[in-house]
Amino acid sequence: MNAKKSDKLATGIIYGLVGIVVTILISLLGYILYNGVPDINWHFLTSEAQSFSAGGGVRDQLFNSLYLLILALIISFPIALGAGIYLSEYAKDNWITDIIRTSIEVLSSLPSVVVGLFGYLLLVIQLNLGFSILAGAIALTFFNLPLLTRNIEESLSSVPDLQREAGTSLGLSGWKTITKIILPMALPGILTGLILCSGRIFGEAAALIYTAGQSAPSVDYGNWNPFTETSFLNPMRPAETLAVHIWKVNTESVTPDAGVISSASSAVLIIVILIFNLGARYLGNKLFKKMTAAK
Amino acid sequence: MKTYDFNQQYISKIDKEIAISTDNVQVHYGKSHAIFDASLDFPRFQITSLIGASGSGKSTYLRCLNRMNDKIAQVDGKILYRNTDINSKKINVYEVRRHIGMVFQRPNPFAKSIKDNILFALRNNGINDKNELQKRLETSLKDAALWDEVKDDLDKSALALSGGQQQRLCIARSIAMHPDILLLDEPASALDPISTSKIEETLELLSKSYTIIIVTHNMQQASRISDYTAFFHMGHIIEYNETKNIFTAPEIKATEDYISGDFG
Ligand SMILES: Nc1ncnc2c1ncn2[C@@H]1O[C@H](COP(=O)(O)OP(=O)(O)OP(=O)(O)O)[C@@H](O)[C@H]1O
Ligand SMILES: [Mg+2]
Repeated sequence: MNAKKSDKLATGIIYGLVGIVVTILISLLGYILYNGVPDINWHFLTSEAQSFSAGGGVRDQLFNSLYLLILALIISFPIALGAGIYLSEYAKDNWITDIIRTSIEVLSSLPSVVVGLFGYLLLVIQLNLGFSILAGAIALTFFNLPLLTRNIEESLSSVPDLQREAGTSLGLSGWKTITKIILPMALPGILTGLILCSGRIFGEAAALIYTAGQSAPSVDYGNWNPFTETSFLNPMRPAETLAVHIWKVNTESVTPDAGVISSASSAVLIIVILIFNLGARYLGNKLFKKMTAAK
Repeated sequence: MKTYDFNQQYISKIDKEIAISTDNVQVHYGKSHAIFDASLDFPRFQITSLIGASGSGKSTYLRCLNRMNDKIAQVDGKILYRNTDINSKKINVYEVRRHIGMVFQRPNPFAKSIKDNILFALRNNGINDKNELQKRLETSLKDAALWDEVKDDLDKSALALSGGQQQRLCIARSIAMHPDILLLDEPASALDPISTSKIEETLELLSKSYTIIIVTHNMQQASRISDYTAFFHMGHIIEYNETKNIFTAPEIKATEDYISGDFG
Protein backbone atom coordinates (compact mmCIF):
# COMPACT_ATOMS: atom_id res chain seq x y z
CA MET A 1 0.00 0.00 0.00
CA ASN A 2 1.49 3.38 -0.86
CA ALA A 3 1.61 6.30 1.50
CA LYS A 4 -1.24 8.12 -0.17
CA LYS A 5 -3.61 5.19 0.02
CA SER A 6 -2.82 4.35 3.63
CA ASP A 7 -3.24 7.97 4.53
CA LYS A 8 -6.65 7.98 2.92
CA LEU A 9 -7.62 4.82 4.69
CA ALA A 10 -6.49 6.12 8.06
CA THR A 11 -8.36 9.38 7.52
CA GLY A 12 -11.44 7.41 6.51
CA ILE A 13 -11.30 5.28 9.64
CA ILE A 14 -10.86 8.30 11.87
CA TYR A 15 -13.81 10.06 10.26
CA GLY A 16 -15.84 6.90 10.67
CA LEU A 17 -15.04 6.66 14.37
CA VAL A 18 -15.80 10.31 14.95
CA GLY A 19 -19.03 9.78 13.05
CA ILE A 20 -20.06 6.97 15.41
CA VAL A 21 -19.39 9.10 18.49
CA VAL A 22 -21.27 12.07 17.09
CA THR A 23 -24.20 9.91 16.00
CA ILE A 24 -24.53 8.34 19.43
CA LEU A 25 -24.39 11.71 21.14
CA ILE A 26 -26.79 13.41 18.83
CA SER A 27 -29.34 10.61 18.92
CA LEU A 28 -29.16 10.50 22.70
CA LEU A 29 -29.57 14.23 23.07
CA GLY A 30 -32.14 14.32 20.31
CA TYR A 31 -34.16 11.54 21.91
CA ILE A 32 -34.24 13.22 25.30
CA LEU A 33 -35.09 16.62 23.88
CA TYR A 34 -37.65 15.27 21.41
CA ASN A 35 -39.49 13.41 24.14
CA GLY A 36 -39.22 16.06 26.78
CA VAL A 37 -39.35 19.51 25.24
CA PRO A 38 -43.05 19.37 24.14
CA ASP A 39 -44.04 18.88 27.79
CA ILE A 40 -41.99 21.74 29.14
CA ASN A 41 -44.13 24.76 29.79
CA TRP A 42 -44.42 27.60 32.22
CA HIS A 43 -46.74 25.67 34.49
CA PHE A 44 -44.31 22.75 34.64
CA LEU A 45 -41.42 25.00 35.60
CA THR A 46 -43.31 26.99 38.20
CA SER A 47 -45.47 24.58 40.10
CA GLU A 48 -44.87 22.09 42.86
CA ALA A 49 -44.38 18.41 42.28
CA GLN A 50 -47.40 16.19 42.97
CA SER A 51 -47.13 12.87 44.72
CA PHE A 52 -50.36 11.25 43.61
CA SER A 53 -52.11 13.34 41.00
CA ALA A 54 -51.08 14.41 37.53
CA GLY A 55 -49.98 17.92 36.55
CA GLY A 56 -47.04 18.32 38.91
CA GLY A 57 -44.09 20.55 38.13
CA VAL A 58 -40.45 20.81 39.12
CA ARG A 59 -40.20 24.30 40.57
CA ASP A 60 -38.69 23.23 43.88
CA GLN A 61 -36.41 20.62 42.33
CA LEU A 62 -35.04 23.13 39.84
CA PHE A 63 -34.43 25.65 42.56
CA ASN A 64 -32.86 23.05 44.84
CA SER A 65 -30.49 21.97 42.10
CA LEU A 66 -29.33 25.53 41.55
CA TYR A 67 -29.10 26.32 45.24
CA LEU A 68 -27.09 23.18 45.94
CA LEU A 69 -24.86 23.94 43.01
CA ILE A 70 -24.12 27.42 44.27
CA LEU A 71 -23.47 26.26 47.82
CA ALA A 72 -21.25 23.43 46.60
CA LEU A 73 -19.24 25.87 44.51
CA ILE A 74 -18.96 28.37 47.33
CA ILE A 75 -17.48 25.64 49.51
CA SER A 76 -15.35 23.86 46.95
CA PHE A 77 -13.96 26.69 44.83
CA PRO A 78 -11.81 28.39 47.48
CA ILE A 79 -10.45 25.05 48.65
CA ALA A 80 -9.73 23.91 45.11
CA LEU A 81 -8.15 27.25 44.29
CA GLY A 82 -5.83 27.04 47.26
CA ALA A 83 -4.94 23.43 46.55
CA GLY A 84 -4.47 24.15 42.84
CA ILE A 85 -2.18 27.10 43.54
CA TYR A 86 -0.21 25.02 46.00
CA LEU A 87 0.22 22.11 43.60
CA SER A 88 1.11 24.21 40.60
CA GLU A 89 3.24 26.92 42.19
CA TYR A 90 4.64 25.73 45.49
CA ALA A 91 4.70 21.94 45.64
CA LYS A 92 8.19 20.46 45.33
CA ASP A 93 8.73 17.33 43.32
CA ASN A 94 8.83 14.90 46.21
CA TRP A 95 6.93 12.00 47.70
CA ILE A 96 4.50 14.18 49.65
CA THR A 97 3.38 15.85 46.45
CA ASP A 98 3.14 12.45 44.82
CA ILE A 99 0.86 11.24 47.60
CA ILE A 100 -1.34 14.32 47.28
CA ARG A 101 -1.59 13.90 43.53
CA THR A 102 -2.40 10.22 43.82
CA SER A 103 -5.09 10.84 46.44
CA ILE A 104 -6.68 13.43 44.21
CA GLU A 105 -6.67 10.97 41.35
CA VAL A 106 -8.21 8.23 43.49
CA LEU A 107 -10.81 10.64 44.81
CA SER A 108 -11.73 11.76 41.31
CA SER A 109 -12.40 8.22 40.20
CA LEU A 110 -14.49 7.40 43.25
CA PRO A 111 -18.01 6.41 42.17
CA SER A 112 -20.48 9.06 43.25
CA VAL A 113 -22.60 6.43 45.01
CA VAL A 114 -19.69 5.84 47.34
CA VAL A 115 -19.36 9.57 47.93
CA GLY A 116 -23.08 9.65 48.68
CA LEU A 117 -22.98 6.79 51.17
CA PHE A 118 -19.88 8.19 52.81
CA GLY A 119 -21.64 11.55 53.08
CA TYR A 120 -24.64 9.80 54.58
CA LEU A 121 -22.58 8.10 57.27
CA LEU A 122 -20.38 11.06 58.08
CA LEU A 123 -22.63 14.07 57.59
CA VAL A 124 -26.15 12.85 57.97
CA ILE A 125 -25.56 10.36 60.79
CA GLN A 126 -22.31 11.19 62.59
CA LEU A 127 -22.47 14.96 62.36
CA ASN A 128 -26.20 14.90 62.74
CA LEU A 129 -26.92 17.19 59.81
CA GLY A 130 -29.86 15.05 58.73
CA PHE A 131 -30.98 14.97 55.11
CA SER A 132 -30.18 18.55 54.29
CA ILE A 133 -28.94 20.93 51.66
CA LEU A 134 -25.83 21.43 53.75
CA ALA A 135 -25.05 17.71 53.83
CA GLY A 136 -25.71 17.56 50.09
CA ALA A 137 -23.48 20.53 49.37
CA ILE A 138 -20.63 19.03 51.37
CA ALA A 139 -21.04 15.66 49.63
CA LEU A 140 -20.96 17.49 46.31
CA THR A 141 -17.80 19.22 47.45
CA PHE A 142 -16.13 15.82 48.02
CA PHE A 143 -17.32 14.82 44.61
CA ASN A 144 -16.25 18.04 42.93
CA LEU A 145 -12.97 18.91 44.65
CA PRO A 146 -10.62 16.52 42.86
CA LEU A 147 -11.64 17.53 39.36
CA LEU A 148 -11.80 21.22 40.15
CA THR A 149 -8.40 21.14 41.85
CA ARG A 150 -6.88 19.35 38.89
CA ASN A 151 -8.46 21.80 36.51
CA ILE A 152 -7.14 24.80 38.41
CA GLU A 153 -3.70 23.26 38.74
CA GLU A 154 -3.57 22.53 35.03
CA SER A 155 -4.78 25.99 34.07
CA LEU A 156 -2.09 27.54 36.24
CA SER A 157 0.67 25.25 35.02
CA SER A 158 -0.20 26.02 31.43
CA VAL A 159 0.85 29.64 31.98
CA PRO A 160 4.45 29.77 30.68
CA ASP A 161 7.23 29.99 33.28
CA LEU A 162 8.51 33.03 31.43
CA GLN A 163 5.64 34.96 32.95
CA ARG A 164 6.73 33.98 36.45
CA GLU A 165 10.28 35.03 35.64
CA ALA A 166 9.02 38.33 34.28
CA GLY A 167 7.24 39.03 37.54
CA THR A 168 10.14 37.91 39.70
CA SER A 169 12.69 39.91 37.72
CA LEU A 170 10.66 43.06 38.31
CA GLY A 171 11.02 42.65 42.04
CA LEU A 172 7.51 41.32 42.65
CA SER A 173 7.01 38.76 45.37
CA GLY A 174 6.01 35.23 44.46
CA TRP A 175 2.52 35.78 45.81
CA LYS A 176 1.98 38.99 43.84
CA THR A 177 3.26 37.31 40.71
CA ILE A 178 0.82 34.45 41.19
CA THR A 179 -2.21 36.51 42.06
CA LYS A 180 -1.69 39.42 39.69
CA ILE A 181 -0.05 37.80 36.67
CA ILE A 182 -0.43 34.05 36.62
CA LEU A 183 -3.98 33.79 37.94
CA PRO A 184 -5.47 36.30 35.48
CA MET A 185 -3.81 34.45 32.60
CA ALA A 186 -5.18 31.15 33.85
CA LEU A 187 -8.65 32.60 34.41
CA PRO A 188 -10.26 31.55 31.11
CA GLY A 189 -9.19 27.94 31.72
CA ILE A 190 -10.29 28.04 35.35
CA LEU A 191 -13.65 29.50 34.44
CA THR A 192 -14.26 26.94 31.73
CA GLY A 193 -13.42 24.16 34.15
CA LEU A 194 -15.62 25.64 36.83
CA ILE A 195 -18.64 25.78 34.57
CA LEU A 196 -18.05 22.28 33.26
CA CYS A 197 -17.87 21.08 36.86
CA SER A 198 -21.14 22.89 37.48
CA GLY A 199 -22.71 20.82 34.75
CA ARG A 200 -21.49 17.65 36.43
CA ILE A 201 -22.80 18.76 39.81
CA PHE A 202 -26.11 19.80 38.35
CA GLY A 203 -26.69 16.37 36.86
CA GLU A 204 -25.48 14.44 39.89
CA ALA A 205 -28.01 12.21 41.64
CA ALA A 206 -26.25 9.32 43.38
CA ALA A 207 -24.22 11.52 45.74
CA LEU A 208 -27.36 13.35 46.79
CA ILE A 209 -29.98 10.67 47.34
CA TYR A 210 -28.73 9.90 50.85
CA THR A 211 -27.41 13.36 51.73
CA ALA A 212 -29.72 16.07 50.47
CA GLY A 213 -32.53 13.57 50.61
CA GLN A 214 -35.42 12.66 48.36
CA SER A 215 -38.13 14.98 49.52
CA ALA A 216 -38.90 18.55 48.65
CA PRO A 217 -40.93 20.08 51.49
CA SER A 218 -42.84 23.15 50.44
CA VAL A 219 -40.92 26.29 51.11
CA ASP A 220 -41.76 29.93 51.19
CA TYR A 221 -39.96 31.80 48.40
CA GLY A 222 -40.77 35.08 50.07
CA ASN A 223 -38.92 34.23 53.27
CA TRP A 224 -35.33 35.39 52.87
CA ASN A 225 -34.18 34.47 56.34
CA PRO A 226 -32.12 31.30 55.91
CA PHE A 227 -32.35 30.55 59.63
CA THR A 228 -36.08 29.94 59.62
CA GLU A 229 -37.65 26.57 58.94
CA THR A 230 -39.75 27.54 55.95
CA SER A 231 -37.29 29.76 54.15
CA PHE A 232 -36.29 28.60 50.68
CA LEU A 233 -32.72 29.45 51.69
CA ASN A 234 -32.78 27.27 54.82
CA PRO A 235 -29.74 25.00 54.36
CA MET A 236 -30.95 22.51 56.94
CA ARG A 237 -34.01 21.36 55.03
CA PRO A 238 -34.02 18.25 52.85
CA ALA A 239 -33.94 19.09 49.18
CA GLU A 240 -34.67 16.81 46.29
CA THR A 241 -32.88 17.99 43.16
CA LEU A 242 -33.93 17.65 39.57
CA ALA A 243 -31.65 14.70 38.92
CA VAL A 244 -32.83 12.92 42.06
CA HIS A 245 -36.40 13.70 41.07
CA ILE A 246 -35.91 12.01 37.71
CA TRP A 247 -34.51 8.96 39.43
CA LYS A 248 -37.33 8.90 41.92
CA VAL A 249 -40.13 9.44 39.45
CA ASN A 250 -38.80 6.57 37.41
CA THR A 251 -38.41 4.16 40.31
CA GLU A 252 -41.26 4.71 42.69
CA SER A 253 -43.66 7.33 41.46
CA VAL A 254 -47.37 6.63 41.48
CA THR A 255 -48.52 9.74 39.63
CA PRO A 256 -50.36 8.88 36.40
CA ASP A 257 -48.13 11.23 34.35
CA ALA A 258 -44.81 9.92 35.69
CA GLY A 259 -43.52 9.26 32.17
CA VAL A 260 -44.21 12.80 31.02
CA ILE A 261 -42.68 14.31 34.13
CA SER A 262 -39.57 12.20 33.85
CA SER A 263 -38.96 13.03 30.20
CA ALA A 264 -39.71 16.72 30.65
CA SER A 265 -37.43 16.89 33.69
CA SER A 266 -34.68 15.13 31.80
CA ALA A 267 -35.01 17.63 28.99
CA VAL A 268 -34.83 20.54 31.45
CA LEU A 269 -31.72 19.01 33.00
CA ILE A 270 -30.04 18.52 29.64
CA ILE A 271 -30.91 22.03 28.51
CA VAL A 272 -29.47 23.60 31.65
CA ILE A 273 -26.29 21.56 31.28
CA LEU A 274 -26.06 22.51 27.61
CA ILE A 275 -26.39 26.15 28.58
CA PHE A 276 -23.57 25.68 31.10
CA ASN A 277 -21.33 24.08 28.50
CA LEU A 278 -21.99 26.58 25.76
CA GLY A 279 -21.67 29.38 28.29
CA ALA A 280 -18.32 27.99 29.42
CA ARG A 281 -17.00 28.02 25.89
CA TYR A 282 -18.34 31.44 25.12
CA LEU A 283 -17.06 33.02 28.32
CA GLY A 284 -13.69 31.28 28.11
CA ASN A 285 -13.16 32.44 24.53
CA LYS A 286 -14.33 35.91 25.26
CA LEU A 287 -12.10 36.31 28.30
CA PHE A 288 -9.14 34.96 26.42
CA LYS A 289 -9.75 37.31 23.52
CA LYS A 290 -10.16 40.22 25.82
CA MET A 291 -6.81 39.50 27.37
CA THR A 292 -4.84 38.72 24.26
CA ALA A 293 -6.32 40.65 21.37
CA ALA A 294 -6.38 44.36 20.83
CA LYS A 295 -8.98 46.18 22.86
CA MET B 1 35.89 18.42 21.46
CA LYS B 2 39.31 19.84 22.15
CA THR B 3 40.29 20.03 25.77
CA TYR B 4 41.66 23.17 27.26
CA ASP B 5 43.36 23.85 30.53
CA PHE B 6 40.93 25.72 32.76
CA ASN B 7 43.82 27.10 34.76
CA GLN B 8 44.89 29.10 31.79
CA GLN B 9 42.92 32.23 32.38
CA TYR B 10 43.31 35.83 31.55
CA ILE B 11 41.14 38.14 33.59
CA SER B 12 42.00 41.76 32.99
CA LYS B 13 41.71 44.29 35.78
CA ILE B 14 39.26 47.11 35.23
CA ASP B 15 40.49 50.60 36.02
CA LYS B 16 37.04 52.17 35.73
CA GLU B 17 34.32 52.58 38.30
CA ILE B 18 32.83 49.16 39.06
CA ALA B 19 29.05 48.68 39.05
CA ILE B 20 28.91 45.10 40.25
CA SER B 21 31.42 42.35 40.77
CA THR B 22 31.49 38.70 41.65
CA ASP B 23 34.04 37.10 43.89
CA ASN B 24 34.60 33.36 43.63
CA VAL B 25 31.05 32.54 42.66
CA GLN B 26 30.23 28.85 42.48
CA VAL B 27 26.96 27.44 41.22
CA HIS B 28 25.68 23.93 41.76
CA TYR B 29 22.58 22.40 40.24
CA GLY B 30 22.11 19.60 42.73
CA LYS B 31 25.41 17.75 42.55
CA SER B 32 26.48 19.15 39.21
CA HIS B 33 28.93 22.00 39.36
CA ALA B 34 27.93 24.59 36.74
CA ILE B 35 30.07 27.66 37.54
CA PHE B 36 33.61 27.51 38.96
CA ASP B 37 35.29 30.38 40.81
CA ALA B 38 33.78 33.15 38.76
CA SER B 39 35.39 36.48 39.68
CA LEU B 40 34.64 39.43 37.43
CA ASP B 41 34.31 43.20 37.78
CA PHE B 42 31.77 44.91 35.57
CA PRO B 43 32.50 48.54 34.70
CA ARG B 44 29.79 51.11 35.17
CA PHE B 45 27.92 52.52 32.13
CA GLN B 46 29.56 50.03 29.81
CA ILE B 47 28.25 47.09 27.89
CA THR B 48 29.82 43.77 28.80
CA SER B 49 29.02 40.72 26.78
CA LEU B 50 29.23 37.13 27.95
CA ILE B 51 30.09 34.69 25.18
CA GLY B 52 30.75 30.97 25.05
CA ALA B 53 29.39 27.73 23.69
CA SER B 54 25.99 26.39 24.57
CA GLY B 55 25.97 24.99 28.09
CA SER B 56 29.07 26.91 29.13
CA GLY B 57 27.16 28.59 31.96
CA LYS B 58 26.50 32.10 30.66
CA SER B 59 22.84 32.16 31.63
CA THR B 60 23.54 30.47 34.93
CA TYR B 61 26.12 33.11 35.79
CA LEU B 62 23.98 36.02 34.60
CA ARG B 63 21.02 34.87 36.65
CA CYS B 64 23.13 34.91 39.80
CA LEU B 65 23.58 38.63 39.46
CA ASN B 66 19.99 39.43 40.40
CA ARG B 67 19.27 36.31 42.42
CA MET B 68 17.11 34.66 39.78
CA ASN B 69 18.73 31.33 40.62
CA ASP B 70 17.42 31.40 44.16
CA LYS B 71 14.99 28.52 43.84
CA ILE B 72 16.87 26.67 41.14
CA ALA B 73 20.49 26.39 42.15
CA GLN B 74 22.93 26.71 45.01
CA VAL B 75 25.00 29.86 44.58
CA ASP B 76 28.07 30.40 46.77
CA GLY B 77 30.57 33.22 46.84
CA LYS B 78 30.18 36.96 46.99
CA ILE B 79 28.38 39.29 44.64
CA LEU B 80 29.27 42.85 45.46
CA TYR B 81 26.97 45.68 44.56
CA ARG B 82 27.35 49.07 46.22
CA ASN B 83 29.65 47.57 48.84
CA THR B 84 27.09 44.98 49.82
CA ASP B 85 27.17 41.26 49.28
CA ILE B 86 23.84 40.74 47.56
CA ASN B 87 24.32 37.01 47.57
CA SER B 88 23.90 37.00 51.33
CA LYS B 89 20.82 35.39 52.85
CA LYS B 90 19.86 38.54 54.71
CA ILE B 91 19.46 40.61 51.55
CA ASN B 92 16.00 41.66 50.39
CA VAL B 93 15.96 39.95 47.00
CA TYR B 94 13.02 41.99 45.74
CA GLU B 95 14.99 45.13 46.34
CA VAL B 96 17.99 43.63 44.53
CA ARG B 97 15.87 42.88 41.49
CA ARG B 98 14.52 46.40 41.42
CA HIS B 99 18.07 47.65 41.08
CA ILE B 100 19.20 44.95 38.72
CA GLY B 101 16.66 44.28 35.99
CA MET B 102 16.56 41.40 33.57
CA VAL B 103 15.39 40.78 30.01
CA PHE B 104 15.00 37.23 28.78
CA GLN B 105 15.66 35.38 25.57
CA ARG B 106 12.03 35.02 24.59
CA PRO B 107 9.92 38.16 24.92
CA ASN B 108 7.58 37.72 27.88
CA PRO B 109 5.19 40.65 28.07
CA PHE B 110 2.24 40.27 30.42
CA ALA B 111 -1.17 39.59 28.92
CA LYS B 112 -2.09 43.18 29.65
CA SER B 113 -2.15 46.41 27.71
CA ILE B 114 1.10 48.00 26.60
CA LYS B 115 0.63 50.68 29.21
CA ASP B 116 -0.10 48.25 32.02
CA ASN B 117 2.94 46.19 31.11
CA ILE B 118 5.07 49.17 32.03
CA LEU B 119 3.02 50.46 34.94
CA PHE B 120 2.08 47.22 36.64
CA ALA B 121 5.32 46.66 38.52
CA LEU B 122 5.67 50.36 39.29
CA ARG B 123 2.25 50.46 40.93
CA ASN B 124 3.03 47.32 42.86
CA ASN B 125 6.14 48.99 44.15
CA GLY B 126 4.09 51.80 45.56
CA ILE B 127 4.40 54.43 42.85
CA ASN B 128 0.93 55.88 42.45
CA ASP B 129 1.52 59.46 41.44
CA LYS B 130 -0.21 59.94 38.07
CA ASN B 131 2.35 62.35 36.67
CA GLU B 132 5.24 60.19 37.73
CA LEU B 133 3.65 57.11 36.13
CA GLN B 134 2.94 58.96 32.92
CA LYS B 135 6.48 60.28 32.81
CA ARG B 136 7.99 56.86 33.36
CA LEU B 137 5.71 55.31 30.76
CA GLU B 138 6.77 57.80 28.15
CA THR B 139 10.48 57.93 28.88
CA SER B 140 10.91 54.19 29.21
CA LEU B 141 9.16 53.57 25.90
CA LYS B 142 11.21 56.32 24.29
CA ASP B 143 14.43 54.96 25.72
CA ALA B 144 13.56 51.53 24.39
CA ALA B 145 12.90 53.10 20.96
CA LEU B 146 9.31 51.91 20.97
CA TRP B 147 7.38 55.08 21.70
CA ASP B 148 6.83 56.18 18.11
CA GLU B 149 5.45 52.80 17.17
CA VAL B 150 3.01 52.41 20.04
CA LYS B 151 2.14 55.86 21.33
CA ASP B 152 -1.35 55.71 19.82
CA ASP B 153 -2.01 52.15 20.95
CA LEU B 154 -1.04 52.24 24.59
CA ASP B 155 -4.28 50.52 25.60
CA LYS B 156 -3.86 47.70 23.13
CA SER B 157 -2.81 44.28 24.31
CA ALA B 158 0.94 43.82 24.37
CA LEU B 159 0.47 40.37 22.88
CA ALA B 160 -0.62 41.97 19.62
CA LEU B 161 2.87 43.44 19.10
CA SER B 162 5.53 41.81 16.92
CA GLY B 163 8.27 39.78 18.59
CA GLY B 164 10.79 42.59 18.21
CA GLN B 165 8.38 45.15 19.61
CA GLN B 166 7.52 42.84 22.49
CA GLN B 167 11.19 42.50 23.32
CA ARG B 168 11.67 46.27 23.31
CA LEU B 169 8.57 46.52 25.50
CA CYS B 170 10.23 44.12 27.93
CA ILE B 171 13.32 46.32 27.92
CA ALA B 172 11.12 49.35 28.53
CA ARG B 173 9.34 47.52 31.34
CA SER B 174 12.69 46.83 32.97
CA ILE B 175 14.08 50.33 32.66
CA ALA B 176 10.86 51.91 33.86
CA MET B 177 11.87 50.58 37.27
CA HIS B 178 14.97 52.78 37.00
CA PRO B 179 17.42 49.98 37.65
CA ASP B 180 21.16 50.54 37.79
CA ILE B 181 22.07 47.46 35.90
CA LEU B 182 20.33 45.70 33.07
CA LEU B 183 20.96 42.00 32.47
CA LEU B 184 19.98 40.59 29.09
CA ASP B 185 20.06 36.91 28.16
CA GLU B 186 20.27 36.59 24.39
CA PRO B 187 17.62 39.27 23.96
CA ALA B 188 17.80 39.25 20.18
CA SER B 189 18.28 35.60 19.39
CA ALA B 190 14.62 35.04 18.54
CA LEU B 191 14.38 38.13 16.34
CA ASP B 192 14.92 39.06 12.71
CA PRO B 193 17.93 41.19 11.68
CA ILE B 194 16.01 44.46 11.61
CA SER B 195 14.57 44.02 15.08
CA THR B 196 17.99 42.87 16.23
CA SER B 197 19.71 46.01 15.02
CA LYS B 198 16.99 48.10 16.65
CA ILE B 199 17.63 46.38 19.94
CA GLU B 200 21.37 46.91 19.52
CA GLU B 201 20.87 50.61 18.90
CA THR B 202 18.63 50.76 21.94
CA LEU B 203 21.27 49.12 24.09
CA GLU B 204 23.98 51.46 22.91
CA LEU B 205 21.83 54.44 23.81
CA LEU B 206 20.96 52.92 27.17
CA SER B 207 24.60 52.30 28.02
CA LYS B 208 24.99 56.03 28.62
CA SER B 209 22.96 55.70 31.78
CA TYR B 210 22.85 51.97 32.55
CA THR B 211 25.38 49.26 33.14
CA ILE B 212 24.53 46.51 30.69
CA ILE B 213 25.53 42.87 30.80
CA ILE B 214 24.41 40.82 27.84
CA VAL B 215 24.69 37.16 26.94
CA THR B 216 25.00 36.57 23.23
CA HIS B 217 25.85 33.83 20.78
CA ASN B 218 26.40 36.33 18.06
CA MET B 219 30.08 37.28 17.79
CA GLN B 220 29.42 40.22 15.53
CA GLN B 221 26.91 41.50 18.02
CA ALA B 222 29.37 41.15 20.87
CA SER B 223 32.10 42.93 18.95
CA ARG B 224 29.74 45.61 17.65
CA ILE B 225 28.08 46.73 20.83
CA SER B 226 30.11 45.69 23.83
CA ASP B 227 33.00 47.40 25.52
CA TYR B 228 34.10 44.34 27.48
CA THR B 229 33.74 40.65 26.78
CA ALA B 230 33.99 37.58 28.98
CA PHE B 231 34.49 34.19 27.42
CA PHE B 232 32.95 31.21 29.22
CA HIS B 233 33.96 27.63 28.75
CA MET B 234 32.44 24.70 30.64
CA GLY B 235 31.59 26.79 33.66
CA HIS B 236 34.95 28.59 33.78
CA ILE B 237 35.64 32.15 32.80
CA ILE B 238 38.61 31.75 30.51
CA GLU B 239 39.21 35.26 29.37
CA TYR B 240 37.90 38.70 30.22
CA ASN B 241 39.12 41.83 28.56
CA GLU B 242 38.18 44.82 26.49
CA THR B 243 36.16 43.60 23.54
CA LYS B 244 38.63 44.87 20.98
CA ASN B 245 41.43 42.89 22.60
CA ILE B 246 39.36 39.75 22.83
CA PHE B 247 38.46 39.87 19.20
CA THR B 248 41.77 40.99 17.75
CA ALA B 249 44.39 39.63 20.11
CA PRO B 250 43.01 37.03 22.52
CA GLU B 251 45.45 35.92 25.17
CA ILE B 252 44.23 32.36 25.54
CA LYS B 253 44.17 29.66 22.90
CA ALA B 254 40.62 28.56 23.78
CA THR B 255 39.28 32.06 23.25
CA GLU B 256 41.07 32.35 19.94
CA ASP B 257 39.69 29.02 18.75
CA TYR B 258 36.19 29.89 19.83
CA ILE B 259 36.23 33.26 18.12
CA SER B 260 37.69 31.91 14.93
CA GLY B 261 35.12 29.14 14.87
CA ASP B 262 37.78 26.46 15.32
CA PHE B 263 36.35 25.21 18.56
CA GLY B 264 35.72 21.54 19.30
N1 LIG C 1 17.63 24.49 35.73
C1 LIG C 1 18.71 23.71 35.57
N2 LIG C 1 18.82 22.54 36.24
C2 LIG C 1 19.90 21.75 36.09
N3 LIG C 1 20.94 22.03 35.29
C3 LIG C 1 20.91 23.17 34.60
C4 LIG C 1 19.79 24.07 34.69
N4 LIG C 1 20.01 25.13 33.89
C5 LIG C 1 21.21 24.89 33.32
N5 LIG C 1 21.76 23.74 33.74
C6 LIG C 1 23.05 23.17 33.35
O1 LIG C 1 24.06 24.11 33.65
C7 LIG C 1 25.01 24.22 32.60
C8 LIG C 1 25.08 25.64 32.11
O2 LIG C 1 23.85 25.98 31.50
P1 LIG C 1 23.49 27.44 31.02
O3 LIG C 1 22.06 27.46 30.66
O4 LIG C 1 23.96 28.41 32.02
O5 LIG C 1 24.39 27.56 29.70
P2 LIG C 1 24.41 28.72 28.62
O6 LIG C 1 25.83 29.08 28.46
O7 LIG C 1 23.46 29.78 28.96
O8 LIG C 1 23.92 27.92 27.33
P3 LIG C 1 23.05 28.47 26.09
O9 LIG C 1 23.99 29.23 25.26
O10 LIG C 1 22.60 27.22 25.44
O11 LIG C 1 21.95 29.29 26.66
C9 LIG C 1 24.56 23.23 31.54
O12 LIG C 1 25.29 22.05 31.69
C10 LIG C 1 23.12 22.97 31.85
O13 LIG C 1 22.75 21.68 31.50
MG1 LIG D 1 21.61 30.52 28.07
